[in-house]
Amino acid sequence: MRVLVLAMALMVAPVAANAAGGGGELMDANVDVHDRQSLQRGAKLFANYCMGCHSLKYLRYNRVAQDLNIPEDVVEQYLIWDGSKIQSTMTNVMRDGDAQDWFGKAPPDLSLTARAKGSNWIYTYLNSYYRDPDQPTGVNNLLLKGTSMPHVLWRQQGIPELVHKDGEGGSESDQEATKLKVPEGAGTLSSSEYHRMTRDITNFLTYASEPIRPARERMGVWVILFLLVFLGVAYLLKREYWKDVH
Amino acid sequence: MSATTGSAKGGFLGWIDARFPLSRMWNEHVGEYYAPKNFNFWYYFGSLAVFVLVNQILTGIWLTMNYTPDAELAFSSVEYIMRDVQWGWLIRYLHSTGASMFFAVVYLHMFRALLYGSYKKPRELLWVFGMLIYLVLMAEAFMGYLLPWGQMSFWGAKVITSLFGAIPVIGPDLVQWIRGDFTISGVTLNRFFALHVVALPMVLLLLVVAHILALHEVGSNNPDGVDIKKNKDASGVPKDGIRFHPYYTTKDLVGLVVFLIVFLSIVFFAPTFGGLFLEKPNFQPADPLQTPEHIAPVWYFTAFYSILRSIPDKLTGVIAMGAAIFVLFFLPWIDRGPVRSIRYRGLSYRIALFTFAANFIFLSYLGVKPPSMMILGIEASSWAYYAMLLYFGYFAFLFIYTAFGLERTKPVPQRVTE
Repeated sequence: MRVLVLAMALMVAPVAANAAGGGGELMDANVDVHDRQSLQRGAKLFANYCMGCHSLKYLRYNRVAQDLNIPEDVVEQYLIWDGSKIQSTMTNVMRDGDAQDWFGKAPPDLSLTARAKGSNWIYTYLNSYYRDPDQPTGVNNLLLKGTSMPHVLWRQQGIPELVHKDGEGGSESDQEATKLKVPEGAGTLSSSEYHRMTRDITNFLTYASEPIRPARERMGVWVILFLLVFLGVAYLLKREYWKDVH
Repeated sequence: MSATTGSAKGGFLGWIDARFPLSRMWNEHVGEYYAPKNFNFWYYFGSLAVFVLVNQILTGIWLTMNYTPDAELAFSSVEYIMRDVQWGWLIRYLHSTGASMFFAVVYLHMFRALLYGSYKKPRELLWVFGMLIYLVLMAEAFMGYLLPWGQMSFWGAKVITSLFGAIPVIGPDLVQWIRGDFTISGVTLNRFFALHVVALPMVLLLLVVAHILALHEVGSNNPDGVDIKKNKDASGVPKDGIRFHPYYTTKDLVGLVVFLIVFLSIVFFAPTFGGLFLEKPNFQPADPLQTPEHIAPVWYFTAFYSILRSIPDKLTGVIAMGAAIFVLFFLPWIDRGPVRSIRYRGLSYRIALFTFAANFIFLSYLGVKPPSMMILGIEASSWAYYAMLLYFGYFAFLFIYTAFGLERTKPVPQRVTE
């Protein structure tokens, strides 16, 4: 009984959670797993900025090399930091216990995040940091309130400030204050460059959540084309046999 | 093609026929099985259901070769199939999409029976076998959904097994007996695995054989609801009948290719079907300490789930959900109208049937939404309550309408129409 009540109560929860999330609508990452250049950039960015804490424990380095058309020696040089073999999965050297002590919560493995939460969620998350002196990390996130992850890309984006609806600064307790503004020249990248950067990371994580997807979609086109031709053949066969049915 | 019996033949086939009724079986069920010549769109789904069943069994065998039924390893082994096993992703998507397509096909097949009165005398037992298949299929799908050991696998199984706890006196012990533990655990996973891959598929196959034998005993119904066996030519062949092979084998082949285009489009381009076939939370490993925001069964169960949720009292809700399924078993005896096909039935019946079908879709839609959602200013849970009443109302209407002679039918033709 309790489970059922809990389950029913939790069905109501997403509505409440959305309201508390503040952001409401997710931004559109416009991911394209066929954009190989974006995926290559995303792989490099992930290895440089994310992999210190986050792993991709179901993805192998040589799979990335093969799928994204990167020579294996380049992968070894630029993506592998911990001396792993090229056949290994993309884990890191941070121990769970340490991570727990440092962040309060071990950084999650990101192998399937794009499938569990959606690509747009990741993209929105990376674009929802803002300055909040009350947080231990000095930043907070509109999409995931009280996130324990620091704004790793602050140097690139700069640290956005929370803006009231009427244009004045506000605090995190303001449910209405959901707009962010990056101070002029705060980061090394322009706004559109930062969007491209986070899109590349999102795109790579989308690929990582299902590495077969680009090949699957390319293959699917031929499968359906074959079936369309076969449909014609099957129809002619049926028509030939059914000639004598009156 | 002559209709010579196998026993008259020599050679290898004759040798076999003298020892095993191979030719006789072929003729009885395929070569000389006479089906009405006026089958329409709705008559593809029986053979398609057999095709999907074969797909599920074959892909299931190959999945079993690489899947590990262990609470610690199950989730990873599915990802291993998706990433490292050669063509594992295709086998898995064929199986997961196949599960949804199985229900889609079966629902259309059942609606066909309602449209043309295929459950009516002499096909009552055929219908009952079909309903048993549907029931076992639901158990099969439910247990299969636990195996990936994702969040929705775990919490879905927890909610559904807890329903048995509503039964007075024995409830709590029964739940524990089904789970084999105090909660859903590796023990539950192992027994569901055994039932999903061995026990239930065997029962399912047996029932499908019984279903087809019953069909071939009484003969197929048709869109006119005319009994074609009443009009036979001199050699005893129904005038409106044509051999299943080659006529319906070639026609069903066309239907199969169209079905494959739909099926494989989903497999290759939208295997999660927007979270409807593979739910998003199921890409997170099962975590007994963290409840997902929104627990909903897969779409093919949501109509009954809506009925369960529409009643606040748990036991009454469980009874209503059970009744919603079991009332279908008695359809041949609830509907007492003499005319089979909707083409010649009363206007009220036509309106009632389409209302029933639309209402079933509406219930399914409500089941995937939170009950607090507002539709036209009314909470979804209130809509579900009225839809539940409408669901049962259909059967009450049908009985009164037909048992008291209120139905004004049209004349049924002697022969099938073009």
